[in-house]
Amino acid sequence: MSRDARLSVRKIDRDRNRFHEIVRGKIKQDLKKYVSHHELLGRKGGNIVSIPMPQIELPHFRFGPNPKGGVGQGDGQPGDPLQEGDGEGEAGEGAGQHSLEVEITLDELAKILGEELELPRIQPRGNNQLPMKGGRYTGLKPTGPESLRHFRRTYRRALLREIATGTYDPDDPVIIPIRDDKRYRSRRDVMVPDFNAVIIYMMDVSGSMGKEQKDIVRTESFWIDTWLRSQYKNIETRYIVHDAAAKEVDRETFYHLRESGGTKISSAYELCARIIESQFPADQWNIYPFHFSDGDNWSGRDTERCVKLLNDVLLQKANVFCYGQVRSAYGSGQFKKDLDRAFEGDPRVITSDIADRDGILGSIRSFLGTGR
Amino acid sequence: MSLTPELEAARKEIEGYAREYGLDCFETIFELLDSDELNEVAAFGGFPTRYPHWRFGMEYNQLDKGYSYGLSKIYELVINNDPCYAYLMRSNMLVDQKLVMAHVFGHCDFFKNNLWFAKTDRKMMDRMANHGTVVRRLMDRVGLEPVERFLDCCLSLDNLIDPHSMFIRRRTEPTEADPAEAEEAPVKFRAKGYMDAFINPRAATDRERARIRKEVAQDAKLPPVPVRDVLSFLLEYAPLKRWQQEVLEIVREEAYYFAPQAMTKIMNEGWASYWHSTMMTQKILRPSEVVDYADHHSGTLATRPGRLNPYKLGIELFRDIEDRWNRGKFGSQWEDMEDHEQKRRLNKKLGLGREKIFEVRRTHNDVTFVDTFIHEEFAQAQKMFVYGVDRRTGRTEIVDRDWRKVKEQLLFSLTNWGQPYIYVTDGNYEKRGELYLFHKWGGVDLQFDFAQATLKNLCWIWDRPVHLETMLENKAVLLTCKNADGDITQRELSPSEEPRGIGAG
Repeated sequence: MSRDARLSVRKIDRDRNRFHEIVRGKIKQDLKKYVSHHELLGRKGGNIVSIPMPQIELPHFRFGPNPKGGVGQGDGQPGDPLQEGDGEGEAGEGAGQHSLEVEITLDELAKILGEELELPRIQPRGNNQLPMKGGRYTGLKPTGPESLRHFRRTYRRALLREIATGTYDPDDPVIIPIRDDKRYRSRRDVMVPDFNAVIIYMMDVSGSMGKEQKDIVRTESFWIDTWLRSQYKNIETRYIVHDAAAKEVDRETFYHLRESGGTKISSAYELCARIIESQFPADQWNIYPFHFSDGDNWSGRDTERCVKLLNDVLLQKANVFCYGQVRSAYGSGQFKKDLDRAFEGDPRVITSDIADRDGILGSIRSFLGTGR
Repeated sequence: MSLTPELEAARKEIEGYAREYGLDCFETIFELLDSDELNEVAAFGGFPTRYPHWRFGMEYNQLDKGYSYGLSKIYELVINNDPCYAYLMRSNMLVDQKLVMAHVFGHCDFFKNNLWFAKTDRKMMDRMANHGTVVRRLMDRVGLEPVERFLDCCLSLDNLIDPHSMFIRRRTEPTEADPAEAEEAPVKFRAKGYMDAFINPRAATDRERARIRKEVAQDAKLPPVPVRDVLSFLLEYAPLKRWQQEVLEIVREEAYYFAPQAMTKIMNEGWASYWHSTMMTQKILRPSEVVDYADHHSGTLATRPGRLNPYKLGIELFRDIEDRWNRGKFGSQWEDMEDHEQKRRLNKKLGLGREKIFEVRRTHNDVTFVDTFIHEEFAQAQKMFVYGVDRRTGRTEIVDRDWRKVKEQLLFSLTNWGQPYIYVTDGNYEKRGELYLFHKWGGVDLQFDFAQATLKNLCWIWDRPVHLETMLENKAVLLTCKNADGDITQRELSPSEEPRGIGAG
């Protein structure tokens, strides 16, 4: 391979880019499938998700798994098992299902989600300005290290001076810059806006929320996380569970805890308000409270209290308040109706009804579709 | 990049040994590449340039991942071309480079001399580059997506070729004989007028006339005999645009180029391993290199229970053949010997081994190689077995060590280089211009989802309904694809139905 070939773009890159495009297209096309199945969550490693994609292989007429097996070499008597995990030990059953895994970054995934759901970019609040790391060398100054000397400017000044003083000889155009001529590149700090965001997930863990309902919440929150993380650099997440009383928990507990008490939603909203007030001043933070439940509340009085809490505190501070109602066999679904009535036409409150896994995508769209 | 002076010296030395041993190679050009360059070439199937296609990118990503995680590493790549090009990985140690070079000369000799490669294009390097240019030009003219979609379809059919057809000498092109004329002229013996009725009796001429009529009717059938080269059939009869023909032609040409390599995997790797091992141990190795060599050589030949290593099987077979012909352990006299011990120990000191393996490498392919040269003693010494899945436990386990069963199973998996036999039997099925394919079932079903997807691709190219007769769970079925975007229908064929395929039933 010639030297130039290596300097230029490699030929394979065109094919890689095309492959990448195709993968993106497939994900987009099947987004609903990927969103409704939570397998992706387990496939997260750092900033990369690995997605199984069998249909990208070119199909051929070829043999399925051979019931007769194959030929091998080694010790053992008839009837002895081939050592498991030893390469293609299970060639007999595994050969037919060829699953290809492609890797994609969470950013890319968020972008695809955004494109497919036509999510608007969020207009963040707050006006923190932070100097960008490194800054940019856009300025000039008369002093500096030689390595940053701006050759053209220095030359120009030297030329100007020599012409002005009459020492310039067109027949022997030698320019010798003196100290005064020298100009150096200088760094200018560029201010970039820095926005903070906090997501506060609240979930009803009372007896009526089953495993399926929690799985739905888990999946939905993965996608909400993915999207919001692509919109804010600095993001925090908090988790609150509640039955008759609320408490803040860590992520693991949030998804796996199961209680069996009654349901008092106001307890969660109260705790949420306290957390916001003590830790996340609204002028510096974009605040996203999400609440998931099956729609049962202790009493109408408590619901009234919730509405008051929302009106007085949460809605004053939060960018938007989202309530997702996961349908369950026991939930009456009353709470969503109550919220809808109380905040009719208020863009700060978004409610959505998640009937089953297939409803997740639509719910995400309604939550994030306003760009708040 | 060309070789460093050190490697160039090694190359000269090794090429000299190769020639001394009687290897007969094309001129062999070595290039030294970094891992990413080597992965690129490997993704392109050994060539520096191919037509643009995403699967090369996918291939590259996998190689790249395997390499960067330290799971896999390509030692060498060699392509069948005159001159022969071989690539070395820059980061390999010197002893590896020597091993690889010796190995490459083995491959190169095999490419040049093995009968099955005789019809491959020895200027494939240039041709592949030309194919790239043609496809890029078509993409500029027709658009990336239509060309890519069509390429995908063609590639999905690229195993539907007939590697033997390269060797078939066609009869002279059938002339456009007028059926009526042919019908009227049954062959007669020459006879004088008054003897005609006796020498050419009426009954005989009628029979002959009927035969000719039948023949003519059969000629009208398309294709007259079942065709395995589905791609050529499509080229000739599918409603293709000019650019589509060009693309299909390219895919077919490349499929034929690669087919002999799939048909001689065991032999080719065995032959190359035999020669690197012979040359390294007899000539090339310095004392300080022995341990590294032994380590890497044994790594190449390592076997795992559920997997047959073609390097290992190939080299052992060649060694066994050499030994047998050196000692006269062949022919019916040897085969019929009753006393096992005597049979094993026989040594007539004929010294024909070297000559024999050179002959074998010229005329055999994997199927005939395995069929001719695996014998009882060999299968036992190599600890070969048949494995299978136990239906009760779902475990994969050793089923049998009988050498006949081993051979049968091995031959089965090698037949038609592991691909199913698919024929076009009718290009005008039911007189509606539909395409009828027949899968000659040999004990294993097709992978169903793939078969469906492939059938859709075929339907897209044929632009009329396409049928595939195959077996599913011991029942003859007919899969039909009416249009490429629609579903596949499946119908069980009743035994009374006339089998459309050849040798069906």
